[in-house]
Amino acid sequence: MTNILLITFAISLIYLGLANRLGSYINALVFQGIVLFGVAFIELIEINLINLVFVLLETIVFKAIIIPYFLNYIIHKNKITRDIEPYLPDFVSIVLITGIILGSFLLSNSIQDSHVRKIFFVVAISALFTGLYIIVSRRKIITHVMGFLVIENGVFILSIALGNEMPMLVNIGILLDIFASVFLLGIFANKIGDVMKEQDVEQLSNLKD
Amino acid sequence: MTPFYSGVIGYYLIGALVISILLFLNKNKRMNYLLTILFMVLQWVFTIYEYNHINNVDLVYFTPDSLAIIFIVILSLICVPAFYHSHIYCNSKNENPRHRGIYFAATVLLLTALSAAYLSNHIAITWIFVELTTLSSSALIYHRRNKNSLEGTWKYLFVCSISITLVFIGILFLSFAVQQSGGTDLFYKEMFEKASVMNVFWLKLAFLFIFTGFTSKAALVPMYTAGIDAKDKAPSPSGALLSSVLMNVGFIGIFRFYEIISPTSIFPWANKIILITGFLSIFVATVYMLRVKNLKRMFAYSSVEHMGLIMLGLASGGIGRYAAILHLVLHSFAKPTLFFQMGQVYRIYKSKSIYDIGDYFKYNLSGSMVLLLAFFVVTAMPPSGMFVSEFLIFRSIFESGNILLLAIVLLLLTMIIWSFGKNIFKMLFIKPVNFDDSNVEKISPFESLSQFILLALVIYLGLNPPAELVNLINDTISNLPK
Repeated sequence: MTNILLITFAISLIYLGLANRLGSYINALVFQGIVLFGVAFIELIEINLINLVFVLLETIVFKAIIIPYFLNYIIHKNKITRDIEPYLPDFVSIVLITGIILGSFLLSNSIQDSHVRKIFFVVAISALFTGLYIIVSRRKIITHVMGFLVIENGVFILSIALGNEMPMLVNIGILLDIFASVFLLGIFANKIGDVMKEQDVEQLSNLKD
Repeated sequence: MTPFYSGVIGYYLIGALVISILLFLNKNKRMNYLLTILFMVLQWVFTIYEYNHINNVDLVYFTPDSLAIIFIVILSLICVPAFYHSHIYCNSKNENPRHRGIYFAATVLLLTALSAAYLSNHIAITWIFVELTTLSSSALIYHRRNKNSLEGTWKYLFVCSISITLVFIGILFLSFAVQQSGGTDLFYKEMFEKASVMNVFWLKLAFLFIFTGFTSKAALVPMYTAGIDAKDKAPSPSGALLSSVLMNVGFIGIFRFYEIISPTSIFPWANKIILITGFLSIFVATVYMLRVKNLKRMFAYSSVEHMGLIMLGLASGGIGRYAAILHLVLHSFAKPTLFFQMGQVYRIYKSKSIYDIGDYFKYNLSGSMVLLLAFFVVTAMPPSGMFVSEFLIFRSIFESGNILLLAIVLLLLTMIIWSFGKNIFKMLFIKPVNFDDSNVEKISPFESLSQFILLALVIYLGLNPPAELVNLINDTISNLPK
């Protein structure tokens, strides 16, 4: 079951490559949050109850409800146009993201460790690099934040792989999640919206040599 | 080494947090002075306590080992002039009480998080406090609240968030390795003992991620960019903190992990990576130093260059390791002087661009002496203490057989000295165009005193390092293989 969920997660990464509206990105993030809820529920059922409830709340409430709501709010408040505005055509994006997933599979082949389930590793690494790819290939600041959230989801998957032995790391991962998202989104995406009319990265290019 | 649970660091953290909250809430100027003095007293008492209880574990997760002691003493020394100049800065701008409160609260939080990150003996705890430094320093960078500082803050926050995530991924890989070797926890000491049986594949991945992540704090290639904008946009006293004590936290993150992998078979590989990063940092710094027009950014690039040299020394081994840490200590004292002085320069010319600044000798004699002296110290010309450490680094590169690398680095450094000198001398002696000096602010020579003291310290520590410091440095590098 975990495998199926993780593979669905990987498919949602490819979907990010071809979606070209902000709304579809938000939907994909909601979907990923729900998938992570499933994975966490199946994998972490053995850890103590309070910790489990905390993790599950984080995935379902934070990742799948609060953050998407917040993103929506920012988009409406700042009247951001709904287009993603990629630098590269969709076709290239899909090929690159597929390449990333393939590359992580190849990398995972060189692991000689029976303790770790490779699928976690593959999906997490793919999410990491897809997130980085989204950050460098999109123009809007809000999509950069979304790329960062995809990276966070990847990190979460990797920490679940360890969850039963070191629950502390899962909690720290969640801390990172909350810190980064709240801070990046809440304070800064809002502030930037107040100061700049168009939320383009081009607006942020005064500091250079 | 007996575990010793005094919990002093707990009192320190709580005390600093309370002071920070009070600073945030307080609107009264005199109360503000009092609270910062209170924090300095707390910081010093804590530093002296930790110095006297070296290697005693405190609250499970904190151990003042020799490297931590070196850094925390540096921090306590730097924080005094930093607060002094921050007060001057805020008074000169007639800062509104709320912004002043946020500024000082964030500074206190930054210094506290740095101290705790130095002392931590557990990689996850270091990570948490490094994350806190990102938070507090972004409040400092945003202090001026204009469009450019917003841009600087956004970039800093974003790049640091990504790098802190990379460090976390590295920690996860590391814990795969720890688990497989039968360990249960991520204490540095425990990992160091188990390192030789850990899975090399995970360690390699962990090294790559943790190293890349910490380069954002340590101002190295590839993540140095955010730090440059941050040091430029932050008020100059906080720029001084960002380019000294904050860089040390990046170094400590890298060094502690470097220590863990030193007994393993990937050690030569890691050295190679560090060597390449160090060289690229010097190269990038040279390229930008040659064309940079903003003086604060030039100082920031000079930090990138020095950190690159430190990495070269560390990776070359031998005497280079000692020299690297000595160089880091000296750099932490030398670089803030330039930033403190830059605050005064900015008050006279209202600009940081090299085109608007000139003939500084006419307007501020003591300040220009500082700049001249700091130029010699920072570019490591004798009698600067950094000459000694830099010379030792070159010696270690030579002894490790990388003669070509040494030649290229020396060439790059010559170019850096040339462009650094060109800008500093232009600033000191050549008349600026279109500068109206009818109502230039008169700056008291007393404000330059702290910089003279710091520069004297650099010269003294380099030429005649006290036995205490030498012992601490030697103890720090004693775990690395010969």
